[in-house]
Amino acid sequence: MKKMLIALFALLALPALAIAAGGGSAPAPSNANINDSASLQRGARLFMNYCVSCHSIEFMRYSRIAQDLGLSEAQVMENLNFTGAKFGETIHASMSGADAAQWFGKAPPDLSLTARARGVDWIYDYLKSFYWDEKAGIGWNNTRLPNASMPHVLWELQGVQRPVYTTGPDGQTTVSGLVLPDADKSRAASYDAVARDIANFMQYVGEPAAVQRQSIGVWVILFLALFTFIAWMLKHEFWRDVH
Amino acid sequence: MAAVKPRPGLVQGVTDWVTERTPGLMPAYRKHLSEYYAPKNFNLWYYFGSLAMVVLVNQIVTGIWLTMSYKPSAAEAFASVEHIMRDVEWGWLIRYMHSTGASAFFIVVYLHMFRGLIYGSYQKPRELVWLLGMLIYLVLMAEAFMGYVLPWGQMSYWGAQVITSLFSAIPFVGEALVEWIRGDFLISDATLNRFFALHVVALPLVLLLLVVLHLGALHEVGSNNPDGVDIKKKKDANGKPLDGIAFHPYYTVKDLFGLGFFLIICAFIIFFAPTFGGLFLEHDNFVIADPMVTPDHIKPVWYYTPFYAMLRAIPDKLAGVIVMFAAVLILFFVPWLDRSPVRSIRYRGWPSKVMIAGLVVSFVWLGYIGANPPTDTLTTIGQVLTAFYFFFFLAMPWWSRMGKTKPVPDRVTMPH
Repeated sequence: MKKMLIALFALLALPALAIAAGGGSAPAPSNANINDSASLQRGARLFMNYCVSCHSIEFMRYSRIAQDLGLSEAQVMENLNFTGAKFGETIHASMSGADAAQWFGKAPPDLSLTARARGVDWIYDYLKSFYWDEKAGIGWNNTRLPNASMPHVLWELQGVQRPVYTTGPDGQTTVSGLVLPDADKSRAASYDAVARDIANFMQYVGEPAAVQRQSIGVWVILFLALFTFIAWMLKHEFWRDVH
Repeated sequence: MAAVKPRPGLVQGVTDWVTERTPGLMPAYRKHLSEYYAPKNFNLWYYFGSLAMVVLVNQIVTGIWLTMSYKPSAAEAFASVEHIMRDVEWGWLIRYMHSTGASAFFIVVYLHMFRGLIYGSYQKPRELVWLLGMLIYLVLMAEAFMGYVLPWGQMSYWGAQVITSLFSAIPFVGEALVEWIRGDFLISDATLNRFFALHVVALPLVLLLLVVLHLGALHEVGSNNPDGVDIKKKKDANGKPLDGIAFHPYYTVKDLFGLGFFLIICAFIIFFAPTFGGLFLEHDNFVIADPMVTPDHIKPVWYYTPFYAMLRAIPDKLAGVIVMFAAVLILFFVPWLDRSPVRSIRYRGWPSKVMIAGLVVSFVWLGYIGANPPTDTLTTIGQVLTAFYFFFFLAMPWWSRMGKTKPVPDRVTMPH
């Protein structure tokens, strides 16, 4: 009977293992930590300097950033708000949607929920996957999201990656790797930190409640553990006369 | 000297006042709680009925609060959910309780149904209990499907598009029927509005009514137990079953303990993994519905995937739809398909044990197949498992009689 149960359990567990193993080329872990508020603050600053000119995060308010990231209203309004919006307003791109559509063919997407839809590791990887591509209209391409019409706005922080092309047996040429010029290699680690901070901030923007959620969760579970223990004692007491 | 009548206390006074005016109240309390004698040998499997009730209450209460801030319109729905997640006080908690509750509902209901299957709880005289339970399951599937459309994400939209289009496979009236269900040619604002109405008013009312009937039918015949022994056959001088204990307080305290355990698991999910790796809240549903962009891989939420796999296993659309619905409807017939002389799996022959284990394996595997993009191998496995699923039920009248049964004891056996 035990052996049968083990066999049954093994059969049941197989799909779960397959789920864990599947999913195409998984991006490298970003190691972003939503409880690291210094990283979130740096990420917010980078986002407001490099991203918000084109991308909105329309579900996010400046005031909420101040509250969650431990910043004062003055700090946020001076260092993070370059669009002239009010403190309690949501964060909109400086560029108008119509202009953007004209310049890039399509308005850059809102990024409020990108981390939830694609995952924080994807964003980290995406920010590291830009390369110089003469064939692309804007001169830039990205291995994580091919032919996205987005220029590498952080190129000054990373340097310009060049693609390594490989021709497969089917005659298709694909990008098999990206290399930085030797002069820029020393900055790779600091750029990783930049990408991680932005990805971390995006993760926070995707779900601002995540910070409270986990700290409250610990107390909820402790309470429930106590409740369950008392309920168990109660059950034990009442069931004394059941044999 | 006339005796002084003592003044009753406040609680007693109020109780007397109420019972004088509702003579049926105390008998009902006794019938369903304090003198409802349940077998004393319930095991782990017997928690899931009361847990399902708790989850239902959770869904209703959190649902009421969600509707206070949710906007049922195609233009506003998605943003209103994010408004709940960000700007409404504790909105994120209420939303996660509701979304986790939806999956938890199916987990406890599947386990509850499985309990019925292994202990033969649907056998005479409990056929009605089973039928009402199956109706609850059917309504629950419709309820969850419509609820899933409300956040108006990509998977809400395209899932609804795919599932409603299934009805177009019906000959002659199919196309008209789909249009009638959607209230439009495509999933649209009109669809969202009617699904909202059905999700928050119509189906919950039906669910509540069915739950009352399910419990009422159960309390007429009494609960089964892991031994499948009829406890009403052995009674003491007062007519109380020897192996029965009063539901209240024995099972109310026991279920309270089970509930605490269950809530800890739910709290872990709600507070530390609310999307549950994209199973409870799917990644694609954090993208607003876009009729112009079809997602790469449209799939239903995990609790429908076994049936979705059966749909895809059949190459012909109409036949696939029939198979999918038949897979649910066939469960209604279990009380008449089972011909085993004993109820509980504990005393059944080995063929029954093998078949039930096979059903579990095939159901879980079908769930995996339905959640993933089709490949040739997976589709073939899906076809075999679909065939087995139907073989399980259609051949039940034969295999349930096969093998040597063990003698059923007169009295229940207590777990050690």
